[in-house]
Amino acid sequence: MIFAVVLAGGIGSRMGNSDTPKQYLDLGGKPIIVHTIEKFYVNPKFEHVIVLTPESWVSHTSNLIKKSLPNAEKITVIEGGSTRNETLYNAIKFIEKNYGLSDDTIIVTHDAVRPFVTHRIIEENIEAAIKYGATDTVVPATDTIVESLDKEKISQIPNRATLFQGQTPQSFNAMKLKKLYESLTDDEKDILTDACKIFVMKGEPVYLVEGEVFNMKITYPFDLKVAKTMIDGDALKGE
Amino acid sequence: MINAVYQLTAPRMIEVTYNELELDNENVLIRPSHLAICKADQRYYQGARSKAVLKKKLPMALIHECMAEVVYDPTGKMSPGDRVIAIPNTPTEDDDIIAENYRFSSKFRSSGFDGFLQDYVLMPHDRLVPISKDVNPDVAAFSELISVSMHIISRFDRIAHERRNKIGVWGDGNLGLITAVLLSNIYPDTELYIFGRNADKLAYFSFAKETMHVDDMPDDLLLDHCFECVGGPGAENAINQMIDHINPEGTIALTGVTENNVAINTRMVLERGLRLFGSSRSGRDDFEKTVEFLENNKEGALLLENLVGDVFNVRSITDIHKAFDADLTHRIGKTILHWNK
Repeated sequence: MIFAVVLAGGIGSRMGNSDTPKQYLDLGGKPIIVHTIEKFYVNPKFEHVIVLTPESWVSHTSNLIKKSLPNAEKITVIEGGSTRNETLYNAIKFIEKNYGLSDDTIIVTHDAVRPFVTHRIIEENIEAAIKYGATDTVVPATDTIVESLDKEKISQIPNRATLFQGQTPQSFNAMKLKKLYESLTDDEKDILTDACKIFVMKGEPVYLVEGEVFNMKITYPFDLKVAKTMIDGDALKGE
Repeated sequence: MINAVYQLTAPRMIEVTYNELELDNENVLIRPSHLAICKADQRYYQGARSKAVLKKKLPMALIHECMAEVVYDPTGKMSPGDRVIAIPNTPTEDDDIIAENYRFSSKFRSSGFDGFLQDYVLMPHDRLVPISKDVNPDVAAFSELISVSMHIISRFDRIAHERRNKIGVWGDGNLGLITAVLLSNIYPDTELYIFGRNADKLAYFSFAKETMHVDDMPDDLLLDHCFECVGGPGAENAINQMIDHINPEGTIALTGVTENNVAINTRMVLERGLRLFGSSRSGRDDFEKTVEFLENNKEGALLLENLVGDVFNVRSITDIHKAFDADLTHRIGKTILHWNK
């Protein structure tokens, strides 16, 4: 079985603050998170869509989904963890409890703030996760990446041709991820903030899926402006 | 849902833009899977339309020949994974007399609004015709073009008198071949004569009674009815040759698109009491008949497979350009896109 895991965790702020988390901001008349969930909701390969938010946002997120999607039974909103990996772990536990875990359980995990993800990216994630067990979505790095260990001087400039920028989805064999996560020490859990990194550190291969430059993460007000410009663009003329 | 749309913004320039698809309780979400390039798309792509037309129509997503897979149907009438042919003609009002494909108010994909170069397309049920997975998807991709031939023949059947012993088809290109294949199946007792200018292309019409170069036509050859599938600058000569070689009260079906006005021998049209009628786009009935033909007529469907030309796996905008460039170099055949963008 294949599950979508939409990650909207890691938010401390409450509703009503001027600092509303980006995934709840409006993009073209709908919260960003709803746009993102829809991409997984419509894909028939997913048995269920699990959305993870901080506890205080669970009910609000459920209400938003019910308002926008006609048959929301395929979606469950649950509480995430205090770190990204803990949130993922909660998703796996939810699957285990409600559906059981097996060798072929796949999770496609995606940032709630990447609503521009495409059909191809999702399909190729599923395909690669089934085949290889772990996959990351990337685009070739366009900026030169500079490493500075002391944050004052350049320690090295890696060859850009071998560098990629990570996006999401990241997709995994759920059993494998669970096993690896449970094998981590507390210190390792603090360092390994990215699930793909857990695989890499444990010597497990993670295959690449080609992303899209426009599969952007809406993090800053600038990003939201760009996203709004993107959907208010010329496509409307073609309607 | 935010949807990526790949629009032609200027000749030979395709850019991704986005629209918002509002999932509701009626419309079906489809994912285009197999597409075919039409000459009309190629004309937009090359910028071979007037400046005024390009200014009015662009930006616009190209491609109106499309097989798709159902992704999500809120009504449950169709299941995810079902294959469908998407109908590009989109009526906006009802009319008891005028067919959907000829109403001034109807819109047409990749002409009046966005075609199928999109991540997803939301369409009403009546614009989708289910097709069996047994049909070769590369042939199903150009069902729209086949449906145009089907439409022409259906109208011909209503209009033309019933003596159909000898029918001539002018034009050895894609539309000529499809029309001839359908005619030979629909009227198995009719002798089919094919007229063209290219021996290599005429060779594909092996099922016809006779194929010949337009310059070699015997003076005494007379046909009951004629189909013009030439278009372009050659249409004029073709139509006048038909008028010269048709029996009285015959019917001439005009199907080739030409940008020029055509001078025809109306004296002879009057003298022989001929009927000329035009056809272009097709409607739902024609698509249904086409799907039925492809599903049930294996031999005919196999003949149409000969038209599958280059097949491109499209994962990027660069791949779209490659497909359009390759399409230009082909004298016959359809360029197929496996849509994996």
